[in-house]
This record gives sequence, structure tokens and C-alpha cells, in this order.
Amino acid sequence: MQSTTILLDPTAELQTAARQLLPRLKSIAGATVGLLDISKPRGKEFLDEVQKHLEEAGAKVKRYSKPTFTRVAPTELTQKISVECDAVIEGLAD
Amino acid sequence: MNQAREIQLENYVLVVKKDCPTCTLIEPVILSLAKNKSLSLKIYVQDDPSFPANLDGVIDDSSLEYSYQADIEVVPTLIRLNDAQSEESRIYGWDKKQWQSFTRIEELGAELIDFKPGCGSKTQDPGMSEVLALRFGKQILQARAVELAEAEDIMEACYDRGWSDGLPVVPPTPLRVMRMLSGSERDAAEIVGKVPPDNVPCTIEKIAINAVMAGCKPEYFPVVIASVEAALQDRFCMHGLLCTTYFSSPVMVVNGPITKQIGMNSGVNALGQGNRANATIGRALQLIIRNVGGGVPGGIDRANMGNPGKYTYCFAEDESDENWLSLASDRGFERNDSVISLFAGDGLQPILDQQSRTPQSLMKSMALSLRSVAHTKLFGMADAILIVCPEHRRVFREGGWNKEDLRKALHEELMTPGTEVIRGANDIAEGMPVKFKNKMLNKFRDDGLHIVTTGGTAGMFSAIIGGWVASGERGSQLTSQKI
Repeated sequence: MQSTTILLDPTAELQTAARQLLPRLKSIAGATVGLLDISKPRGKEFLDEVQKHLEEAGAKVKRYSKPTFTRVAPTELTQKISVECDAVIEGLAD
Repeated sequence: MNQAREIQLENYVLVVKKDCPTCTLIEPVILSLAKNKSLSLKIYVQDDPSFPANLDGVIDDSSLEYSYQADIEVVPTLIRLNDAQSEESRIYGWDKKQWQSFTRIEELGAELIDFKPGCGSKTQDPGMSEVLALRFGKQILQARAVELAEAEDIMEACYDRGWSDGLPVVPPTPLRVMRMLSGSERDAAEIVGKVPPDNVPCTIEKIAINAVMAGCKPEYFPVVIASVEAALQDRFCMHGLLCTTYFSSPVMVVNGPITKQIGMNSGVNALGQGNRANATIGRALQLIIRNVGGGVPGGIDRANMGNPGKYTYCFAEDESDENWLSLASDRGFERNDSVISLFAGDGLQPILDQQSRTPQSLMKSMALSLRSVAHTKLFGMADAILIVCPEHRRVFREGGWNKEDLRKALHEELMTPGTEVIRGANDIAEGMPVKFKNKMLNKFRDDGLHIVTTGGTAGMFSAIIGGWVASGERGSQLTSQKI
């Protein structure tokens, strides 16, 4: 059995075959940026610093945290972030 | 070995399969040929290399590579090669006299019955020809191969790459695309035209890939190709239709024998869900516009609402009344032509009339409803398709009217004094420019009202498909393409 699946590109092949990133923000100023703390030790200090820089650049910052770093964020949390924010930065630590 | 002697040997190739009663019948013949020093025999077996029993040197052709390359249709097939080792001639099945003269061995198989037809070669098994063409044939697929990561779900992968209209698509594997291509004689590399909005050259292969994704069967493929050819004609104005903020999108009406051949619905629920051909042919064109042309909602597609028909909007006409002209007949085609017509249209507006029993009353009823297309005070802007249901058609026929009578009567009924529909009339700002005040206007431009029949035989419900407000030469005109 083949381990990989091949599909034929249905498009005009004007873009790369790799999955496309979502459109990037044109400017941080005026945007609402979510900071997601993944709940590892000292994530707060790191994200506090990130928040300071973002606010200096004119962004509005909202803070979120995952219940535990061991699992992916709950659907409710990702939906809340997608409704409330224009972009999100997932904050690591350690 | 003496070289001169080798050249004199007759060279044969035999292709057999164990799961064929004729091949097992002639097993003694095969053994005697294999042992005959005056000829050289290569034996290919399609299913079981232990057949024929007690014979060394049998070539395992379970991959079917040789059988495919040699174009074997029947087993057993016996091929005689010429000195250049290419085929001179072949026989197949078992015909004792034929085998004896072909091999020049008089007593060959003397103990067997005279005749037994062969079986189908495994290369002819259902679905096998495209599998083998992919594996051993000429490379005809040119589209970029997208390799999925092992952990990717195939259905989700298609969404992730932006290939879907929102509903699941059938993953376009090379095998499925090969099978789709087999539905037409057209060359996979042929360019049909440039698809808007990106104006990208579109090959038959790209149409096939998107037809696979839409869920089409290969037998629908000629209809899909014709729909693309129609959409790319200048008079259809696909680019503008895609860009418009209005509701419209291609609506497809299919006429002719192909509607029956591929099982399209022109009866109960013809414009609704449930028929694979209706559903997937309409969807295929939309996917081609999206994927090949790059026309995505919110991008170049600026529709403020769109309409549900932008997923798919395709149906067949009911042509059961030979005395009632079909849409294709109106466009100059013959009854036995298969034709697809594209119309830039939007939703469906019912005309309920369960009381009219005379053509005159029913015509006036329809005319009144037709005034609502786009806006009751806008004239000559949007074309329309009037769908006459079978019961309403019966009222016209029993009253002695044919389709031309209906068309002429509607035209007269829809003549309207400009003063009634100019801007401000009836205390409504919208309407025709004031310059039309003293003119007689018609709701539809010439050739702007198309009449078709479809639907079930119960229900006195006809319908209107309103057209794009840029109908006519400045925008889109109904476009028919022979399939």
C-alpha cells in the first residue's frame, strides 16, 4: 500500500502547492492582537514584554491562556480568540 | 547454438490465464508447443504462474504489463512474431483448424473439441484500463502532483488548499482523473479557452480534475466540457458575471438525447436536490471558475448575497411534448442534438396558478408575475427564463396554443406605457429614466425571455429564473453549445 496520497492540482498552479498561510496583517497599529499563554512556567513574563512592544506599536492586546500546555487549546478558546482578535501570538516559555 | 538455425525458428507468444476454461482446456496443447523444438514459445500468465502445470519458464504477467503493451483483449491469444521480433499476426480463443494452420502443426490438439471461444483478458476487467494506462501507458497527466503528508486527512486536505466550494469534494486522484478523461475523446492537453477572472488557459485535464471533485461520472464529462465552452464564449460574459455584485451566476439547461443517456432529471424536483448528474455538472463549472479561474467569493466574486444556485444550477428540459418547442429548438438545434444552454440567472420565483383553464388567463397570470423580475418598474434590463410546468403546458396545448403563441402574447401583454414605470411614478423613486415617459416599453428586450419546460406532472406551479441586470449585448446573453 502506498504511504502517501497524490492528488492532482485542480488550480491554475499560479501559487505554490504548499498550504497557504492566512493573509498577514498589513499593520499592527489599530489591530487587536491576542496573546495566548500556553501555561508553561514564566510564560507571563515573556508575554508581558511582548504586550509592551505591541502596545507601543499601536495594537490593542488581549490575554488568554490554555488550561494546560499538554493539550491543544479547547475549541471554545480558539473560537473566542478568532472572534475577538485580528491576530494571535502563541506564547511559549521555559 | 547454431545461429542460422535460431533464425529459422518460428517465434510465438502465448497469453493465458488459469481462470479461463478455454486456457485450461488447451493445457495439453500448450505443453506440446512448449516442448516442440521447431518453434520458440514465450508464455505469459495473467493470474497464476503455476499454470500450465509442470512447465518451466512461464512468465508471470500478473502486473499485466505485457498484456497491456500487447493490447491483449482475449485469452488465450497466440501471437506469431516476425524476424524483427514484432507481431506478425495473432489468433485468439480455441479454433482447432486455425491453431493447426497458424502453427503449421497438423495434429495439434487433435484430441480436443473443435472450438471454444476464449475469455476476456484481465486487462479488460472493469476499471482496469485506466489503472494500466497510468502504470504502463504514455504519460498524459500534466497537472502538478500534490503529495499529501501522511497524517493529512484527504478530505480535509482539499479544504485546506482552498479547492472546495464549501461542500466536500471527491479527492482528484490520478486514477479518478484518468477515468474522467475516458468519458471523452478529447486530448487531455487540449486548451479549451481562458477561464476568467485570471484568464488562465484551461486544459481538458483541468476540467476533468474539477469534474472529479464535483462528483461527476465520466459519462457526464462531455456535458461538463460543453458547459465550459459555453461559459467561455464572449457572448456569455463570464468575467463580468463573476464580478457582479448582483445575484446571478450560470444556470444550465440541458436538452437532447444525452439527458436520458446520463439520467438527468427533468421531472419531479428537477431543480432540487437528489440527481447526481444535475447536481454535479452544475457544480463542476463553478469549481472550474473557482480553481482554474481564481474566482472566489470576496475576491473577484463580489456578489452582495449570491444565490444558492452558485453551488450548482443545472437541469434538463422535459421534451415529452413533441409539438412544444424545446429551448434548443428555439436556438436553432435539432431535436436529436444534445445541447447545453447557459443563462446568467439567479433564484427561483414561483408562479402559482391553479385556477386558469384558458391560455389567455394563464398567460396574463404569468405576465403579471414576470413583471417582478429585478423590479416591477425596471424594463429591458434583466432577461428571464420562464419555466412552464407540465400542467400549465397542458392548459396551453388544450387551448390550442403553441410556444410561439405564448411568446407573442406575453410580449404584447408586457408592453407598458413609460409613464407608469418611470422614476417617481407610484411614489417610488426607483424606475426607468424619465426620458422613457412617453414611450411604450417592454419588460424584456428582444430575445430576452426564454421559455422552457421542466418539473413533475402534478402541480400547477410554473416559475421564473430572473436574469442578470446586465443582460444583452452589454453583458450576458443565453449561450448554447452543442455537446
